[in-house]
Amino acid sequence: MSTFWIATIGTSVIAFALKYSGHSVPERWLSHPKIQRINALIPIALLSALVAVQSFSEKSQLMIDQRLVGLSVAIIALFLNAPFPVVVLSAAVSSAAVYRWL
Amino acid sequence: MSKVASTTLRDSLSVSLTVGAYGVAFGAAAVANGFTVLQSCLLSLLTFSGASQFAVIGVLGAGGSALSGIATASLLGVRNALYGVIMAPRLKVSGLTRVVAAQITIDESTAVALGQEPHGADAMRKGFWYTGIGVFVFWNLFTLAGALGAQAMGDIRAFGLDSAVPAAFLGLVWPRLTGKFERILAVGCALFAIAMTPILPAGLPIIATTFIAIAVGLKR
Repeated sequence: MSTFWIATIGTSVIAFALKYSGHSVPERWLSHPKIQRINALIPIALLSALVAVQSFSEKSQLMIDQRLVGLSVAIIALFLNAPFPVVVLSAAVSSAAVYRWL
Repeated sequence: MSKVASTTLRDSLSVSLTVGAYGVAFGAAAVANGFTVLQSCLLSLLTFSGASQFAVIGVLGAGGSALSGIATASLLGVRNALYGVIMAPRLKVSGLTRVVAAQITIDESTAVALGQEPHGADAMRKGFWYTGIGVFVFWNLFTLAGALGAQAMGDIRAFGLDSAVPAAFLGLVWPRLTGKFERILAVGCALFAIAMTPILPAGLPIIATTFIAIAVGLKR
């Protein structure tokens, strides 16, 4: 089985197990303030790391290319309170323009 | 239909459509990162949690192992368990209905349900079900559209898809950066992941930031 299939099925099984467990465990298990706080911080850490790695690396090598332009445009769009689709589209369009014409 | 019920339905539908439309970005990004159209659609049907789905395709797209991808996605999925804890006493369902409720327990269904709190318990339940099912339908339809679209593109860089993925992650994390502490954590983790990329196997620099989050969460 390929890596992509293992990832697809594994992610799906655990995702459902997590959702279902929340509906089944006693509330006090997960309502500890420290768990709540860590749970709010983990997405910030992981998503920020993903932004960085996806923008500045190719496999295990660091590199700067058209994605830097796309990311910069996305940051500007977010500062201007643009809605999510506008953020993604403006990043894609600016990055594609740099890739094609530079 | 009463006024409250129509407000709930309107809230649910508008969230379902706008959020569901992001499925285009996911479908396109998944294919751009090496997943097949079928795998992309299965992720949306079965995993059905935007951040987790983007994470697993992001890690594998960056050359990470299946295990790194699953671990990163699952860590992001832990919050759905917490939403389940919040929703279970309000939904009071069992058997197959609980299975369906669990599958549609995500950011949006929980948020809309909690938003209906002033309108009473019944409105909360309706908000949860309408939004969960609505997002599920649109998210999956748009995933298919995005995946097929990306498959037809060829060189994804010519269409900016290589930048759409990190922009989508940024759009997901941005609303969470509510204070100085959160922003410092975000920048710190981004820098850490970049610094570790040439050293650690692909995927690990991303997962490793979890320990930073746990460490600062415990200390704070």
